[in-house]
Amino acid sequence: MKVGILSGKGGTGKTTVSASLAAVVPSCQYIDCDVEEPNGAIFLKPELKEKSPVKVLVPEIDMTKCNFCGLCAKACQFNAIAVVKDKVLVFPEICHHCGACKIACPNDAILEVERTIGVVEANEDGTFLQGKLDVGEPISIPIINELKKHIKEDRFVILDCPPGASCAVVNSIEGCDYCVLIAEPTPFGLHDIKIAVQLVKNMGIPFGVVLNKASNDNRSIHHFCQSEGIEILMAIPFSKEIAEGYSKGILPVEINDLWNEKFKKLYEKIEGGAHK
Amino acid sequence: MLVAISSKGNSMECMMDPRFGRAEYFIIADTDTMEFEVVENAAAVAGGGAGITSGQLMIDKDVQAVITGNIGPNAMSVLAAANIEIYRGVSASVKENVEKLNKGLLEEISKTVPPHSGING
Ligand code: SF4
Ligand code: SF4
Repeated sequence: MKVGILSGKGGTGKTTVSASLAAVVPSCQYIDCDVEEPNGAIFLKPELKEKSPVKVLVPEIDMTKCNFCGLCAKACQFNAIAVVKDKVLVFPEICHHCGACKIACPNDAILEVERTIGVVEANEDGTFLQGKLDVGEPISIPIINELKKHIKEDRFVILDCPPGASCAVVNSIEGCDYCVLIAEPTPFGLHDIKIAVQLVKNMGIPFGVVLNKASNDNRSIHHFCQSEGIEILMAIPFSKEIAEGYSKGILPVEINDLWNEKFKKLYEKIEGGAHK
Repeated sequence: MLVAISSKGNSMECMMDPRFGRAEYFIIADTDTMEFEVVENAAAVAGGGAGITSGQLMIDKDVQAVITGNIGPNAMSVLAAANIEIYRGVSASVKENVEKLNKGLLEEISKTVPPHSGING
């Protein structure tokens, strides 16, 4: 089964939860889809052996055939082309690789050329995968799609998703059997979790919430989950021990058996939740 | 000459919009006669590439100069490719900006295009 781990924003403990699950579930597969800032490797310390570049196709203009009619620029819904009197400007960073310009060109003046936007890395047996988007590249979806091609369907697969509720998150959790939403009890945290809940509901994926830095002072997320009938799978209290471990790349499950047990329970709940 | 000013509204009395790609309107004025045309900028709400589309609009409208506040590298590449002059406007009405341009009081924004901001096909 495939489980997507997501949160309304970054820094809510998404990686801690994803990597801790990966550490306690035997023979699972961990995929870091947070391609702008993959950091699961810091905790899981895989030996990355396989590296393959991710390439996309972007247009290139054959100036000998182009008559500057401007149809390619009109066809591009992403505004990645401008036609200037006797020049055609292509902005490859903005291009979404849809191929519409090539179809629109009446003079067959558009070629498609490969462009590398990042890399997919894996350990030897493919149980750890991460994608990395090159700095300055704005479009992460081709990398996420490439990562998802390597999913081992017979395993428990953990997808550590990008933060937020962008298209990249939708792409990451598409096809997941269950989602775990990480929330922090702050005013913004409540707002973020509501958006994430809406997203997974719209996609029809069963889900539960893990509360990070839970405290008795602010129970806003408890109340929200209660009123919406959402299961709180686990609450991780704010703990100096966990925070210190985190800064050193040590997972809570490595600190003591108690956390090991708790994350195993979380795993069982996820298995149960997905088969309800 | 025809000059386009990024504008917050649809008349010469409206304030210049300091944003180029995301300006809601462009006022295209003839600096000799002060006649003008109002063009709504469809790119103001575009997801991405607003500067490029706005730049394309300038080319399609055949303007020779642009007055705006800030202009991104992509829009700059497009305008530079078309040899359109870019002037830094002041926080005032569209009309005042045109008058200042006529008197030579506006600074021209350098068209040095940073690398990687577009490939000549
Ligand atoms: S491939 Fe699609 S997004 Fe890219 S330039 Fe062509 S039309 Fe635009
Ligand atoms: S559609 Fe083809 S011929 Fe027309 S401007 Fe674009 S590349 Fe040139």
